[in-house]
Amino acid sequence: MAGAWGCGDPPGGDDAVDAVAGAERALAAVFREEAGRLSAGLVRVLGDFATAEEVVQDCLVVAWERWRADGIPDNPAGWLWTVARRRALDIARRDARYQAKLALLAVTARPGVSEDDRLALIFTCCHPALSHEAQVALTLRTVCGLSVAEIASAFLVSEQALAQRLTRARRKIAAAGIPYRVPDADHLAERLAAVLSVIYLTFNEGYLTSGGSEPQRRDLTEDAEWLASLLATLMPAEPEVLGLLALIRLHRARARTRFDGAGRLVLLADQDRQLWDHDAIAGAADLVLRAGRMRKPGPYQIQAAIVACHAEAASWPDTDWPQILLLYDALLTYLPTPVVALHRAIAHGQVAGPAAALTDLDELSQPLAGYHLFHATRAQLLRELGRPAEARRADEQALGLTANPAERALLEQRLSMA
Amino acid sequence: MKYVLLFCGTDEDARAFAALSPAELKERYAEVGRWFADNRHRVGAGNQLQPPETATSVRFTGNGEAVVTDGPFLEGKEQIGGYVEIDVADLDEALEMAKTWRGRGAVEIRPVVTTR
Repeated sequence: MAGAWGCGDPPGGDDAVDAVAGAERALAAVFREEAGRLSAGLVRVLGDFATAEEVVQDCLVVAWERWRADGIPDNPAGWLWTVARRRALDIARRDARYQAKLALLAVTARPGVSEDDRLALIFTCCHPALSHEAQVALTLRTVCGLSVAEIASAFLVSEQALAQRLTRARRKIAAAGIPYRVPDADHLAERLAAVLSVIYLTFNEGYLTSGGSEPQRRDLTEDAEWLASLLATLMPAEPEVLGLLALIRLHRARARTRFDGAGRLVLLADQDRQLWDHDAIAGAADLVLRAGRMRKPGPYQIQAAIVACHAEAASWPDTDWPQILLLYDALLTYLPTPVVALHRAIAHGQVAGPAAALTDLDELSQPLAGYHLFHATRAQLLRELGRPAEARRADEQALGLTANPAERALLEQRLSMA
Repeated sequence: MKYVLLFCGTDEDARAFAALSPAELKERYAEVGRWFADNRHRVGAGNQLQPPETATSVRFTGNGEAVVTDGPFLEGKEQIGGYVEIDVADLDEALEMAKTWRGRGAVEIRPVVTTR
């Protein structure tokens, strides 16, 4: 991302780098606020998602260039609408279908955007008729205003591939008649699950690839939190939305201690809990309680409750492991997967000792044979049971199964100490 | 919007259908009949198709030839058992109809090209 404020490296060393990063984040924040509103407003006026998106895309590209050179205008929403209207008028003049809209566009002030409009936008981007990849790309683009380059870089695909993915998704929406609206009550639950899944995927992508080594890279965990927060504002009576928001906030509140100065992963047991954002943790834990009072449990609420147990514990030994074990049992009823079973086994080990956990793990060896965390967990348990040679072999297996540099560094360190 | 629902299945689905007892078959057709009745304002023409062994295909080669072969276009274990045209508001409505189809296998929803 060179050349944000000119060509090559900015002068002035670290302060300047921070300033650039700060400016980028300010820009990102404004785009997040305004892109979705602009899209929703344009769909209202034009009545066509694909065309509205074309217009917004063009506007954001122009804004991207101009605002970096001239700074963010005092009224970014107004600025964007002026450009959008001009683009939309261009399209309307050339396309007979939009003749009727010409008059409307000429006089319409910036359209007010209701909560329903913004929800409709989110639900449309996350429609099940679109592939999961397309849902994520479209949501980040349309609702969060990320550039094609940013999304492509985050998901390690070429810009061209990402642009194609977006174009195909928009064409599918138009051609297949995907409607632009909030799903009715009968279908809301299943459609909401898809939206939450997109937000969680976004968070996960940001969480797994972050490592403090590229401070100027887009922080998808921030975008995920913003999305979850927006959804919580628009759907305050949905406990799973609150659960997901709490989960994301609990993770982000502890982000500072995940990696050491050398970029290696630090295990939870070894993290300096003084550096956690305890206000954010308290707020998120409160959110979990609030969600719980709505008496509609679900997987995100449970996962948030588990993380809250960790986040509120003064230390690893002080952690309420019996409570966590109960929560994992509950989580398994919603997500009966080997990975969840693995985490349950870890909690079980804390309550009943490493031998019990190792027995649990034996039953998971088939489905999780290719999962590095399975072997790393086995290694840890074997070490606790005084079986260092087997522990070493397990760590080696784990190392062979992950390309993630931070995780590799941790495993290599363990092997060098063994 | 106009769509075609393609009722698809695997060889296994087809075999299971063929193995139905007369009573089971009667019930299956009754279910289908109910679906058509429930959706009568949205469905147009449609047909159950005879099995793939009865199909004949004409393939067009690069040199303008038309080659006749025995069998369906779709190779492998998948086959189309029937189709129906529908006219509904949007894809969500089409999905509702597809989800309530009392068959086995899968239903593909394909929008129809309409002339402007």
